[in-house]
Amino acid sequence: MTKEYRTLHTTVNLPYELAFGATLTRFFDGLSAEKILGTRCPKCSRVLVPARSFCPRCFIDLDDWVEVGQTGTVETWSLVSYEYIGMAKTPPYITGLIRLDGADVSFTHLIGGIDMSSIDQVQSRLAIGTRVKAVWATEKPGSIFDIEYFVPI
Amino acid sequence: MGRAVAIMGTGQTHHGKRFDVSYPELVREAVQRAFEDSGLSPEDVDAVVTGTMPSMMEGIALNHLYLADAIQVVGKPLLKTETCGSTGMSVAHTAFYWVAAGLADVVLAVGFEKMYEGDSQATMTTVADPWIQRSFVAGAPGIFAMQSNMWIDRHHIPAERLREAAAVISLRNHDDAFDNPYAHIKARISLEEIKDSRIVTYPIRRWDVCPNSDGACAVLFMSEHKAKQMANPPAWIKGVGYRGDESYLGDSDKVRWNTAIDAAKEAYHQAGIVNPRRELDVAEVYNPFTFMELLLYECFGFCDFGEACDLALQGTFSRGGDLPCDPSGGVLCTNPIGATGLIRVAEAAMQVTGKAGAHQVDGAQLALAHAMGGVSQFNGIMIVGSQQ
Ligand SMILES: [Zn+2]
Repeated sequence: MTKEYRTLHTTVNLPYELAFGATLTRFFDGLSAEKILGTRCPKCSRVLVPARSFCPRCFIDLDDWVEVGQTGTVETWSLVSYEYIGMAKTPPYITGLIRLDGADVSFTHLIGGIDMSSIDQVQSRLAIGTRVKAVWATEKPGSIFDIEYFVPI
Repeated sequence: MGRAVAIMGTGQTHHGKRFDVSYPELVREAVQRAFEDSGLSPEDVDAVVTGTMPSMMEGIALNHLYLADAIQVVGKPLLKTETCGSTGMSVAHTAFYWVAAGLADVVLAVGFEKMYEGDSQATMTTVADPWIQRSFVAGAPGIFAMQSNMWIDRHHIPAERLREAAAVISLRNHDDAFDNPYAHIKARISLEEIKDSRIVTYPIRRWDVCPNSDGACAVLFMSEHKAKQMANPPAWIKGVGYRGDESYLGDSDKVRWNTAIDAAKEAYHQAGIVNPRRELDVAEVYNPFTFMELLLYECFGFCDFGEACDLALQGTFSRGGDLPCDPSGGVLCTNPIGATGLIRVAEAAMQVTGKAGAHQVDGAQLALAHAMGGVSQFNGIMIVGSQQ
C-alpha cells in the first residue's frame, strides 16, 4: 500500500472589473440591438469580427464599421462531452467557428437547436460547410450570450 | 545563429501523480538529475530560465520565485517565459539565446507543472480572452478537436481510415512509454479498445488524449568553449524556429498552419536540412492529441498535405520506420505542461548523445524537438545534432 500524504485544500477567489474599451463596447451594444458588427481594414480589405480597433496583421487603426450577416457557414465544430469547473455551459454542447456572411475571419460561438444525444444525431444535421443563422436570446444585456447559439438552416 | 551552443545534461522527474513531493521538491528532483547527468554543479551556472503554464494551475503566482531555492538560483539572474503549451520550448529558446548571444556560458533551463493540484482545463481556459473565446474554447480538447475536424474535412479523410490511423498513433505512443522510465501513463491497450473508447470532444476519444501530469525537466545549455572542456558528448543546437498567430482562433488557417510550417522551415534552414524525413533520425513532436500529431507531420514536411494517415498506417513514423516519432511515448503519455516542451528538447538531446536507454533510436545523429502553445497559436522547433 502506498503512503497517503497530507494535502492542503485552498481556493483563490478574486473579483475583476475588466474594461471593454470603446470598440468592444460598440460591438456588444450592437449585440444588444441584434446586430453583429465588424471593422474593415483599409489596407488588407478584410472585415474582422468581432470588431477590432486595429488590424492584427497590418497593425493600423480601424474605424470603418460594417454590419455583417446573421447567417454564415460552419468552418469547424466540436461536440463537447466532458466537464470542468467554471464552464460557460453544461455539456453536451457544440462549439464552432462560423464564417459570417460578409466577414473575412471566423467567429467562435455555439451551434445549437439540434439533437446532441449522439454523435450520429449531430452529424445528421451538422458538417463543415453547413449554413447556420443566429438565434437571439430574449434577454440581451450586452454579452456574447446575447446570441444564444447558431442553428443549422 | 550567434555562438555555437550545446546541451550538456538533462534531468527529468518520474512523471505522474507526485503527492509524495511538494512543488519545490519536484523541481529539485529534475535539477539534481541534470547536474548529475552533466557533471556540473550549481556554482557553474551563470543564469536560469524557467517556465510554467498559467501560475494559477497550482494557485501560486510567479511560482518561479517560490521555486527559486529548488532551482539553486542564489546569486544568479532568473527569468520566466510563458507561452502556454509551448512554454518548455520557449524556455529552451531563451536559454539558447542567452548563450548564443555571448552573455552567459552556462544557462540552466527548467520547466515544471503540478497538474494534479488544480483544475487543468479550467485554468487553461483562462488563457483565452474573457469577452468572446473563453466561453467556447472548452479547454485544450475543445480547441484541438475543432482544428482536427478542419484538417479531416480539408483532406477528405474517410472516417474509418482516420480512426485507424489515430489508433495506430495512440498505440505506438502507449507501447513506447513502457521503454521510458520517466513516462507517466503505462497502459497496455489494444487497437480495438482505443478505437472504441468514449468520445471526449468529437473526434477526440479517451485514448487520443494526453494525461495531466506532475513533472519537471531541467536542461543545461553551454557555450562551445565550455562544452569542449567536458568529457560528456554534447548535443549541438543546429537550428531554432518560433512563430506566433493572432489570438483569435478564427483569424488564421489552422490546417496549412503557418506558424508550424514557418517555424520548421526556419529551423531546417539554419540546420541545412532539405528533406526532413530523410535527414532527421528521430522527432519528438508535441502530441497531446493523436490527430494533432498527424496534422503536424504535414506542416513539418515529414510528408505531403493529406498523406499523414497513410504513412502512419505504413509505420513510417514508428521505430524502425523512416522517421521514428516520439519514441519516449510523447506528450500523449506524459504532460506536465510547463515541462513538456523542454522534455521534447531533453529527449532529442538524449537521442543524439546515445543516452535514451531502452527507447534509443540506433545511431540517431539529428533530432527535431517541437512544442505548440497558446490558444493553438504558437509553434517552436529546436533541432539538435551529435556533430557541431
Ligand atoms: Zn489589415
